[in-house]
Amino acid sequence: MTIPDGPGPTAAYDGNLMAGPLSELFALDVSVAVVRCRGCGANAEVATLRVYGPDPGLVGRCPGCDDVLVRVVRTPDAVWLDLGGVSSLRVPAPKR
Amino acid sequence: MDFVTRGFQGRPRGRDDRLPPGQYLTGDFPVLSAGPTSNVDHDEWELWVATEDGTRHTWSWAELMALPAETVTVDIHCVTSWSKLDTEWRGVSLDTLLADVGTAADFAMVHSYGGYTTNLPLEDLLDGQAWVAYGYEGDDLRPEHGGPARLLVPHLYFWKSAKWVRGIELMLEDSPGFWEQLGYHDYGDPWREQRYQGD
Ligand SMILES: [Zn+2]
Repeated sequence: MTIPDGPGPTAAYDGNLMAGPLSELFALDVSVAVVRCRGCGANAEVATLRVYGPDPGLVGRCPGCDDVLVRVVRTPDAVWLDLGGVSSLRVPAPKR
Repeated sequence: MDFVTRGFQGRPRGRDDRLPPGQYLTGDFPVLSAGPTSNVDHDEWELWVATEDGTRHTWSWAELMALPAETVTVDIHCVTSWSKLDTEWRGVSLDTLLADVGTAADFAMVHSYGGYTTNLPLEDLLDGQAWVAYGYEGDDLRPEHGGPARLLVPHLYFWKSAKWVRGIELMLEDSPGFWEQLGYHDYGDPWREQRYQGD
């Protein structure tokens, strides 16, 4: 899959593209999770991230500062996840 | 030396014999990016090489242009399975750039404008195997393909040929780059199909 030609800061996808591979890791819907950017402190729903990829891997960037927040790679036998750009992840969960 | 034949030196010339395992041929030039396209003006552009003792060598765009350039025709292989034959590039050999750099390093981390990194053995950057390329098929290298200048290391999967190259950090120990941290192979030889760690 390719990203259309042309310069500019516009990502080809939003964070909904991450829902598939992340659903292999998380029991809850991660696209509505809120991540806090370690770089600028902004909070953003995963669905609103600027996402590049899908190959060689998905890169989700902060809508505020463009830092890398989330990276996901699906290899033939593993899912690799990097949340190094995120200081917290808040996932809505069923009431208990 | 005839650099024009370098990409398939020592290999049969049939198309199939030039296609590593698991690859298909494309006539397009797909654009894969981990971030926004970097647009670096020539007057702001700088290339640095840093050695393990902290010594820094830098080249402005004008200084890069003043170095002897080579035109090379090579095959390129992307880890996402496309290969493109006989691509023509113009740039400066890493042998030229590193000629006066004293180092005991065995590894290099290549850094890009925009924050991308990729690691490779220093020996794979030498002996006519790697260039800082600024021309493609007779034109300036366009930003979406890594212009104004990208690394070109055609004997490894193309994610090692970092777009928007800005620096080369010489290291005594290997350390994983942007994709190598996340499951991709540290070396990435397409002929041994080293796509992922453990391949
Ligand atoms: Zn941010």
